[in-house]
Amino acid sequence: MIYFNNVSKVYKDATALENVTMTITAGEFVSIVGHSGAGKTTLTKLIMAEENPTDGTVFFESIDVHKLNNNNLTKLRRRIGVVFQDFKLLQNKTAYENIAFAMEAVGKSDEEISSDVPHVLELVDLAHRSHHFPIEMSGGEQQRLAIARAIINQPELIIADEPTGNLDPINTHEIVQILKKINGLGTTVILTTHNRGVIDSVGKRVITMENGKIIRDSKHEK
Amino acid sequence: MITDLKRVIKAGFKNFTRGGLVSFASVLISTITLSTITSIIILQAVLYSSLNIIKDKVDVTIYLNVGVQEGQAMLLKASLEKLPEVAEVTYTSAEDALAQFRERHATDYPTIQSLDEIGENPLGSSLNVKAKEISQYESIADFLKSDNVLVSGPASIIDHPNYYNNKPVIERLNSIISGAQKLGFLLTFVLVLISVAITFNTIRLAIFISKEEIGVMRLVGASKMRVRGPFLVEGVIYGVLATIFTLVLFWPITAWFGRNMTDFLGINVYEYYFSNLFEIFVIILLSGILLGVISSFLAIRKYLNK
Repeated sequence: MIYFNNVSKVYKDATALENVTMTITAGEFVSIVGHSGAGKTTLTKLIMAEENPTDGTVFFESIDVHKLNNNNLTKLRRRIGVVFQDFKLLQNKTAYENIAFAMEAVGKSDEEISSDVPHVLELVDLAHRSHHFPIEMSGGEQQRLAIARAIINQPELIIADEPTGNLDPINTHEIVQILKKINGLGTTVILTTHNRGVIDSVGKRVITMENGKIIRDSKHEK
Repeated sequence: MITDLKRVIKAGFKNFTRGGLVSFASVLISTITLSTITSIIILQAVLYSSLNIIKDKVDVTIYLNVGVQEGQAMLLKASLEKLPEVAEVTYTSAEDALAQFRERHATDYPTIQSLDEIGENPLGSSLNVKAKEISQYESIADFLKSDNVLVSGPASIIDHPNYYNNKPVIERLNSIISGAQKLGFLLTFVLVLISVAITFNTIRLAIFISKEEIGVMRLVGASKMRVRGPFLVEGVIYGVLATIFTLVLFWPITAWFGRNMTDFLGINVYEYYFSNLFEIFVIILLSGILLGVISSFLAIRKYLNK
């Protein structure tokens, strides 16, 4: 599903990724682990085409994501759900409106929105928070809302970039369980983290990165 | 498409109401800009009215020789009226001139006595000429010097025009008027430019606050138009509200000026404001909306590229 072909990313004075080659197949749950600055976030940004590689190519199925024009990039992003460490919720929209916005973006009707949003809010246990703004919610609630927004359009891939970085152990456990459940329903999940405990509780494929390079891939160790 | 438009408009209104102080500041700054434009419209009217009053005071009188028949004077009047530069020619007969002279000097006993001693009317008739523009008096004076049968040669009916006596004053007035018009235009241009720059920057700051949200909207798959639309709607709201505030604001201001400053300004600003209210409304509404929409459009452009 995702194929990195010898990808490097160099910022002005720092190499974020160096000759990364890897494949992620549909339905996998892949944890990418490494210290801060190892290149995990750059890797996810390259999949979303938020950044362009300095060298190499990134494929989503057979599409070279960095050759897409604006319209097609928008269409590609609609197939991917993203969860960030800092949640990146729309602060001037309520929980309901944050999720509705993602549905509006892909052209869902008002009827679909009014039937699906309460359902997904219930799924992440936020039904009672539907008319609250992000600022009125706890970190764990905001992250659950971000996950609800990411899954509402039934994407083929979920990218969770350090989703538990700002959460306490109980909320971390909850988020991991939700992501495992989503993966169990057939959605590919890429989770980046520097928390060993999270990786242990996921118990799936682990890619370890250091200084922009992949130094270990549990898939090849089996 | 219609659903999208409805959503964009609704989101624009929601963003505006939730924007709180930022929305308020943007409307306030837009109101200041539109007030500047309205003030300039009114000031131009005052300036032009003052200039017209001054221009109206300038004329040239052609004194005809004593004994010239009214018919000849009328022929000259007709030929002057044919000139494209001439706005109006008034004939004053010798009798009228005498009557006016006596009236003017009614208390000046020695002058009246001398006049009575002469016994006959020493004054000739005259033609009072008003040009369309002050700069055109010279060419009218040139016409009087030309080879026209009525005005040249030994049979000339013209005693003298007073243009050459008044020439330095007329020329100076002309340069003051054109200077005032140029200064007015320059001032308008600079003030509008400054106001537009301030409004643009305020709206840019308002959008800068939403920079991160714009990125998030793009990441969840919103099209550029879906992201940009609500900001443009907000721009329209700024413009419409600022227009309403400006029109209401100028009601008491012009009323005060109309009541207290009409003699000084030369026109009743309150009457001018209300008789031109529709035109002023259209000008500032269009300026307000264009300013809001163009500022929003330009400010958001740089955040939409990813």
